[in-house]
Amino acid sequence: MTTPRRTSHVVYGVVGVIGELLITLGLLLFGFLVWQLWWTDVQGNRAQAEIVREIQRETPPVATPSPSATPVPKIAEPRHDDPPVMEQPAHATTFATMQVPRWDGEPERPISQGTDRATVLDVLGVGHYDGTAMPGDVGNFAVAGHRTTYAKPFNRVAELKKGDAVVVRTATLDGGPGTDTWYVYKVVSTEIVAPTDVAVIAPVPGEPSAQPTKRMMTMTTCHPMFSARQRFIVHLELDYWAPVSSGTPAELVGSTSAKES
Amino acid sequence: MYGWLWRHLPGPTVVRVLISAVLVAAVVVACFTWLYPAIAPHMPFNQTTVGE
Repeated sequence: MTTPRRTSHVVYGVVGVIGELLITLGLLLFGFLVWQLWWTDVQGNRAQAEIVREIQRETPPVATPSPSATPVPKIAEPRHDDPPVMEQPAHATTFATMQVPRWDGEPERPISQGTDRATVLDVLGVGHYDGTAMPGDVGNFAVAGHRTTYAKPFNRVAELKKGDAVVVRTATLDGGPGTDTWYVYKVVSTEIVAPTDVAVIAPVPGEPSAQPTKRMMTMTTCHPMFSARQRFIVHLELDYWAPVSSGTPAELVGSTSAKES
Repeated sequence: MYGWLWRHLPGPTVVRVLISAVLVAAVVVACFTWLYPAIAPHMPFNQTTVGE
């Protein structure tokens, strides 16, 4: 009589422990979602704001129309001659920031050298593809950024329309050519491609063997959101450049992101 | 499992509840600090670059 009762007691005990383990696993998975979808943004935004704050760079001049008026940013004179171009910096060096007036309310994001996740994209924000052109250069200044999670710098990439400005501002770094310069790019086209389509970051986007003549910029991010199936690509072309010492690009004046800089 | 843990916690119910809460908090912190960052690179999303 006692043997079956003891057997059933053991069986219920084992089933109970398995059930508790499954519930625990479910809670851990829920915790992972909370971490990935919320906490990495909190941490990332804090870290990237700190990086932007600590960048060594010139302050654009302000104009004071009358002694009593509040200073307003001086508008930089657009220049269309050949812009100065920075040297490729060392891996994971933050050498510039970007601001997108269309993304009203989004902070200024740091751009750092390299596109691997552990040392650049997950921790420093936007990453510059090794070996692609530097800001302002003939060729393709190609950058990648997260669209979801890790502060999602490119979250609102789908809002960009043809002609929208993306303003890149280089830091002081060595103080050589191309430092403390504004590069104002305008959106030319957007496309959705396979993750293997490296031609989008070629010097001439889409034509890997062609000789570049234009000063392009390309942004890559994931598509659809929360998926690795495709990539969302934005191609831009340099509209004008200006030294930071000459003022602030008109595109940034009046927008929220300009007020923060 | 949890029943066993509960029976082995010392003190009256209030103290046991408090100890349990501290244990849960410790597990959450450990997950956020070490476990989740370690498994995140193996998840099939968040790829933003083009390449091989």
